[in-house]
Amino acid sequence: MPEAAKSKPKESKNIRIVKDATCTFCGCVCDDMELTVDLDAHRITKAKKACVLGRAWFYEHTLEDRPVVLIDGKEATLDEGLDEAARILVDAKFPITYGLSDCPCEAQRVAVDIMDTINGNIDTTTSVCHGPSGMAFQGVGESTATLGEIKNRADLVIYWGGNPAESHPRHFTRYAVTPKGMFIPNGKKDRTVVLVDVRKTPSTPVADIFIQVKPGKDFELLWALRALVKGKKISEDIEEQTGVSREVLDDLVERMKNCQFGVLFMGMGLTMTRGRHFNSGAIYSLASDLNEFTHFVAKPVRGHGNVTGADNVVSWQTGYPFGVNFNRGYPRFNPGEFTTSDVLARGEADAAMIVASDPASNFSKKAIEHLEKIPVISMDVKETHTTRLSRVRFAVATYGINTGGTVYRMDDVPISLRPAFDSPFPTDQEVLEGICQRVKKMLSGSKARVAA
Amino acid sequence: MILVPGRSQKQGTSLNKGKLKDEYLEVTTTAELNEQDMRRLKLSNGDKIRLKSDIGQTVVTCISKKEEDLPSGMIFIPYGPSSSQLMGSDTAASGMPMSKHMQVEVTKVKS
Amino acid sequence: MPSELKIANGRVYDPANNVDGNVQDLCIRDGKIVDSVSRSASRIDARGMVVMPGAIDIHCHIAGPKVNLARKLMPEDHRLDVHPKTAVTRSGTGGIVPSTFATGYRYATMGYTTAMEAAVPPITARHVLEELDDTPVVDKGFYVLLGNNAFLYKLLKEGRKKEFKEAIAWWVNSVHAYTVKLVNTGSDELWKGRKNANITDVNERIDHYDITPSFVTESFIEAAHELGLPHPPHIHCNNLGHSGNISTTLDTMKAAQGRRAHMAHIQFHSFGGEVNKNPVSGAQEIIDYINDHENITADVGQVMFGKATAMTADAPLAWMLRNVKFDKWVNADTECESGCGIIPFSYQESIYTHTLQWAMGLELFLMSKDPWRVLLSTDHPNGGSFMNYPKLIKLLMDSAYRKEALQHVNQKAVAKTVLPELDREYTLNEIAIITRAGPARALGLKNKGHLGVGADADITIYTEEEDREQMFNAPRYVIKDGTTVIKDHEFATDHKGKILHSKPGYNEDIATEIEPFFEDYYSVKFSNYAISEDYLHDHEEVPTNPKS
Ligand code: SF4
Ligand SMILES: [Zn+2]
Repeated sequence: MPEAAKSKPKESKNIRIVKDATCTFCGCVCDDMELTVDLDAHRITKAKKACVLGRAWFYEHTLEDRPVVLIDGKEATLDEGLDEAARILVDAKFPITYGLSDCPCEAQRVAVDIMDTINGNIDTTTSVCHGPSGMAFQGVGESTATLGEIKNRADLVIYWGGNPAESHPRHFTRYAVTPKGMFIPNGKKDRTVVLVDVRKTPSTPVADIFIQVKPGKDFELLWALRALVKGKKISEDIEEQTGVSREVLDDLVERMKNCQFGVLFMGMGLTMTRGRHFNSGAIYSLASDLNEFTHFVAKPVRGHGNVTGADNVVSWQTGYPFGVNFNRGYPRFNPGEFTTSDVLARGEADAAMIVASDPASNFSKKAIEHLEKIPVISMDVKETHTTRLSRVRFAVATYGINTGGTVYRMDDVPISLRPAFDSPFPTDQEVLEGICQRVKKMLSGSKARVAA
Repeated sequence: MILVPGRSQKQGTSLNKGKLKDEYLEVTTTAELNEQDMRRLKLSNGDKIRLKSDIGQTVVTCISKKEEDLPSGMIFIPYGPSSSQLMGSDTAASGMPMSKHMQVEVTKVKS
Repeated sequence: MPSELKIANGRVYDPANNVDGNVQDLCIRDGKIVDSVSRSASRIDARGMVVMPGAIDIHCHIAGPKVNLARKLMPEDHRLDVHPKTAVTRSGTGGIVPSTFATGYRYATMGYTTAMEAAVPPITARHVLEELDDTPVVDKGFYVLLGNNAFLYKLLKEGRKKEFKEAIAWWVNSVHAYTVKLVNTGSDELWKGRKNANITDVNERIDHYDITPSFVTESFIEAAHELGLPHPPHIHCNNLGHSGNISTTLDTMKAAQGRRAHMAHIQFHSFGGEVNKNPVSGAQEIIDYINDHENITADVGQVMFGKATAMTADAPLAWMLRNVKFDKWVNADTECESGCGIIPFSYQESIYTHTLQWAMGLELFLMSKDPWRVLLSTDHPNGGSFMNYPKLIKLLMDSAYRKEALQHVNQKAVAKTVLPELDREYTLNEIAIITRAGPARALGLKNKGHLGVGADADITIYTEEEDREQMFNAPRYVIKDGTTVIKDHEFATDHKGKILHSKPGYNEDIATEIEPFFEDYYSVKFSNYAISEDYLHDHEEVPTNPKS
């Protein structure tokens, strides 16, 4: 190729503009993207309004030259892949499905159907993200709000254990800090922003007040705040324990009790560390307590584009948000028993279907070692450690870029996707439906797995 | 020392290129320590260090952070295969392994 | 080949067609009732059995964000009541808030073939439609919450009634709702904006808007009348559960000015007595008004002893309950549109207020002079699960059973009611009215709730039993759209059911007024808000009857 042509790609005339498209890279699910699509090159060349993560999401998802299906590393047809996947699942005694937070609800619904049909185990990335918050919710409930209400009303915004500037860049600008709202006419000027974390991060400059807590001491600090809100005594050595002085705590309590509409956003800095669901429960309880004085809400800042959809789908179909087992012909829930990390680390699962996630790179060593031993079916838009070790791998279209479907924002608001350009790869939903039909056929009649 | 894996912007952007690509691998094998700890351990920017937990070990590159940004005794690293190597499988019946806040031993790797 | 079915020699209760227990045949072709079928039609011998149209729940909470939050909230309740799959149906979990599949199947096993979700914030309607698609067997629709809508309030404040009407129609169309729902009108702004305050009087000014709840209600009733919605505004009055709220309820009914209005779960709004004192029954005054005013329909919202869940767009109410019973509590604010509160609850015989509510509901039923307008509901799961309907029917049909039940409840509360003096027993025909023909008429569903030619072939067949609870608990056959879904008490096949919605006509220019408001105050783009018809799957548009 001549040098000139390489550096300056031919201007394509076949350009399409997609207005109000949705970015599904993070739980902010911004639905105000303006995409410029080069239909000849099959790529998005511009993503107006996207943050740096969103731009990477849109620009890097091009059509890769990969086989649609690989079985044992060899290229195969879609039908062969679906047949083999169905056979693996039907032959297994303890089949599991995991992932699901980066595909639309329409696909998630089919995945639950498959596991219901074969008496399998279903779990989503929630279990290693805000699963502990889900458990805390079951214990104490939650006072919450959609992000638009926070934009319109919140005059006190507290982030705890999160770094949105790097994980959810537009959380500040689109929803919670800078935007003007109905009763927040001056945007950030009308809000007080507090950040609580174990270290300074790129999010820190946004805060009016930064509170640095000792690692692993969030629960102690939250419990002290609850006590102070209720007018109770707290231990004298609180600063020694948590790294935060009594003066700072008293000031924060006054601000919380006297604001008009307060919000506590919690990041994974709370759920992944010492205390896990107790930390989330403490946040929820603190926000609920504060309603005796003013209006207060709390909200986990969810990670993946549609992890909130996965929680919703699994809940409406089974009654439980994650970690669900159908072995007895009806759903049972038990974190620790039916959550994927545990099921793998204990060596229980004998086949796994992994949809749009990469446990082979982010699970514990023991879990990954077991995953290497059992037949794995994977669906992903890119190659990952998980697709590499899979018996059957499906290359699929990217949701929100090549496919439509429904996605739930971190505040449970459902949004429909607008695809930018077509993909020759099947969608997650199509692959899952193909597997589902085959599994049902193989198990029809006398072989049906009914309640044990 | 205490290892706190987390997200970073670069981890996020490089993830979109592909998890098996060099950029992602570089990002997820770069650990941050504060200047005081670096001095104490006789490390300078770009040195390789070995992180060792009860579960496993991994070798990463270290860079320094100011003391006011990162407290002493803490190491930050973007999530990835390296941090998983050190993570235990016990979830204390929650489904969630202890993914942040891991006890690790740090040693300089002689090159 | 058309699919044909004949139900032969059953005792038919079809009050809409004045059929009261006559022995006759029913013919079905392609999902509809017809005059006759060919000799080759399949046949159900219903000799000695009771045949009724499929039942219709006019007010329940079965799908959407608040329902799903309640599901997630109570794993302890699901594990006690599992719902195993069968060869033809999906599994799920039951309890007071069942999973979607269990909800559909359980309604069917009680002879219900239609159920209306009563409270949906429009921004979440997509979620509701997804869940309804996973709610099998029954036909279903939902009422969209517009009674606290910030944009509509703005129009009313500016006195723009015409645009107000257009905007209501835009909303109903955009989210595919059946009708509009008002809940504790005016309270949202006080709840979210004035540190958890609540409206106490229908004539109080709503913060920032300079309008009153009474004016809002009146305006909605007028607009719905002009748009000709098949079902009028479905109204949850202010002051729910507060002593002396009958005056609020009466004022709200008067605001209808003779136009059609549906009063939801009227029992909760029939408290006599004085504010902040122990309540007494005000059922007599409420039912007298309803008996005398043909424009009003109501569902009772009967309280049943045992487990319930308060699940409501009335956030201040849930907060009040939370401060009585310090259980886990959910509050969920929806931008510009709604509030929501959830709290697990249980009604106990020994507690004064609980017994009073139970008795008030029965009083309303037993003193109602027009079964067509006072309809059966428990406001599931607020007054108790829909699974209580057979027991409630027995309470209405069997005065000896009722007298026996009266022995075991709080006697102080009973003394504040006239229940012990009421000997009325509902007939099968009247039961068919309050569970079938009545809800169909109130909803404007011309093809449901009856068995005349052209009606949907949604039919239940019961083995007649003296114990009415047993009888209504397990129909022998349930036929949905002509398909025998339950045969000899067991599921013979799965069935999907369709979405019922209305499409009031309007001037599309109103969208250009709404859009800028969205850009300023919503967190989603206006163009992503309206819901594509893809979400409806099988659906039926129920015609409107506009007054021009
Ligand atoms: S904040 Fe999240 S959803 Fe919004 S553009 Fe950035 S990555 Fe995409
Ligand atoms: Zn209700």
